[in-house]
Amino acid sequence: MRAVLCSLCAVLAPAAPCLLRAWQLGAGVIRTLCMGLALLSVCKFTEKHECVTTENGVGTVGISNFAQEALGDVVYCSLLEVGTKLNKQDEFGALESVKAASELYSPLSGEVSEINEALAENPGLVSKFCYEDGWLIKMTLSNPSALDEIRS
Amino acid sequence: MQRAVSVVAHLGFRLQAFSPDLYRPLSFAQDVLRRTPLYDFHLVHGGKMVAFAGWSLPVQYRDSHTDSHLHTRQHCSLFDVSHMLQTKICGSDRVKLMESLVVGDIAELRPNQDKVRELQNQGRDVGLEVLDNALLALQGPTAAQVLQAGVADDLRKLPFMTSAVMEVFGVSGCRVTRCGYTGEDGVEISVPAAGAVHLATALLENPEVKLAGLAARDSLRLEAGLCLYGTDIDEHTTPVEGSLSWTLGKRRRAAMDFPGAKVIVPQLKGKVQRRRVGLMCEGAPMRAHSPILNMEGTMIGTVTSGCPSPSLKKNVAMGYVPCEYSRPGTKLMVEVRRKQQMAVVSKMPFVPTNYYTLK
Repeated sequence: MRAVLCSLCAVLAPAAPCLLRAWQLGAGVIRTLCMGLALLSVCKFTEKHECVTTENGVGTVGISNFAQEALGDVVYCSLLEVGTKLNKQDEFGALESVKAASELYSPLSGEVSEINEALAENPGLVSKFCYEDGWLIKMTLSNPSALDEIRS
Repeated sequence: MQRAVSVVAHLGFRLQAFSPDLYRPLSFAQDVLRRTPLYDFHLVHGGKMVAFAGWSLPVQYRDSHTDSHLHTRQHCSLFDVSHMLQTKICGSDRVKLMESLVVGDIAELRPNQDKVRELQNQGRDVGLEVLDNALLALQGPTAAQVLQAGVADDLRKLPFMTSAVMEVFGVSGCRVTRCGYTGEDGVEISVPAAGAVHLATALLENPEVKLAGLAARDSLRLEAGLCLYGTDIDEHTTPVEGSLSWTLGKRRRAAMDFPGAKVIVPQLKGKVQRRRVGLMCEGAPMRAHSPILNMEGTMIGTVTSGCPSPSLKKNVAMGYVPCEYSRPGTKLMVEVRRKQQMAVVSKMPFVPTNYYTLK
């Protein structure tokens, strides 16, 4: 599933912004996926469904569409502060919906360089645009080649 | 109109423990789970089925949890609650049977059967039969209007906690009770299994109505301050501790003729160790098992249920605290995500209820 998702990322040309469509749980139907220019680079996914794209040694971390769909509408988001040093798999925050809560684990080692302030006012961005405006943190990577260890 | 047997259901003692931990996707052991008469109907309408208390039930449909919840408060939603089996109790000693039971889980069959046998052995005239009926809950401000289109009886004459037998959208032999578990006006319709899909389909034809599942059901009842049996109350809580003293009839208190009376009646007159209260806070949501602390930081109790309230956009919860901390307005702290957050004891229901009463 994830492999197909990422090959679609690479193939689709940037288009006018459009809503990500949800997975049908169990039906495996992939609806239209449109990605912004920045995400033409390959998304990598961890086993816990964090998703990271990198550019010039900076990783942008979000959660996969599968994860946001399973979580439901995100109503609360907490993230560690800028400057926090993270090791791979360290907890860097949490997302909560009405019915569920999920901790967030860093896919790579590095330092948090930016957090998505828009989520404080509008945590629902994670649900609607998990690959675009719903990004969670940006981090400077301590080991850019470690990206290869994460599957595409 | 008769006082419904399902008055017991209204008293907050609904079936079985319920927590997100009990959800598991139906990838295996499907033959072990029981199915309601609407199982296929749920699948056709995009129901996401989960295992719940031994039944396969929809946690939600195509709409998000939040949308489904808000739709119920603004229009009306249809829930399949057939897992709550309906039982016909007959015989001239049926009242004795009912009164000999703890005000509690009457949907659970084995204890009832034991009690039935016990009374029969004493020469009492009583029998019990589980009906082959589905149970549909139609809840929301427009529920009565939707239902009126399908029944001849004037629903304005069916107030909260009364019931009547009537034909509903062509299905005869339905018992309609003006009750529910969302805090909204609405009904629960006990319908013969063979007519369940037809009735659900007919109700759904009205654009006011949308299907809703277990997820919305839980957040709606929590906003209404209603207990979930197994989490907010269980066999270790008394009605007084549970802030449910109103369930005990005056005559029964005086007669002390119910199980546990020796413990419960003194609690009514005197002190009780702990009480169930409502809590509200900003920040991270309070969830079951979150510790409750006093302002000095000492743990004084635990949250039993909690969630972000879709209607209020604040976090609401229920938990138990010692009596001295139970007054609404009392400032407390709740530990969430290893941090102590300010919380305040709040009156329940958190969202005003809209029960249809004749005043």
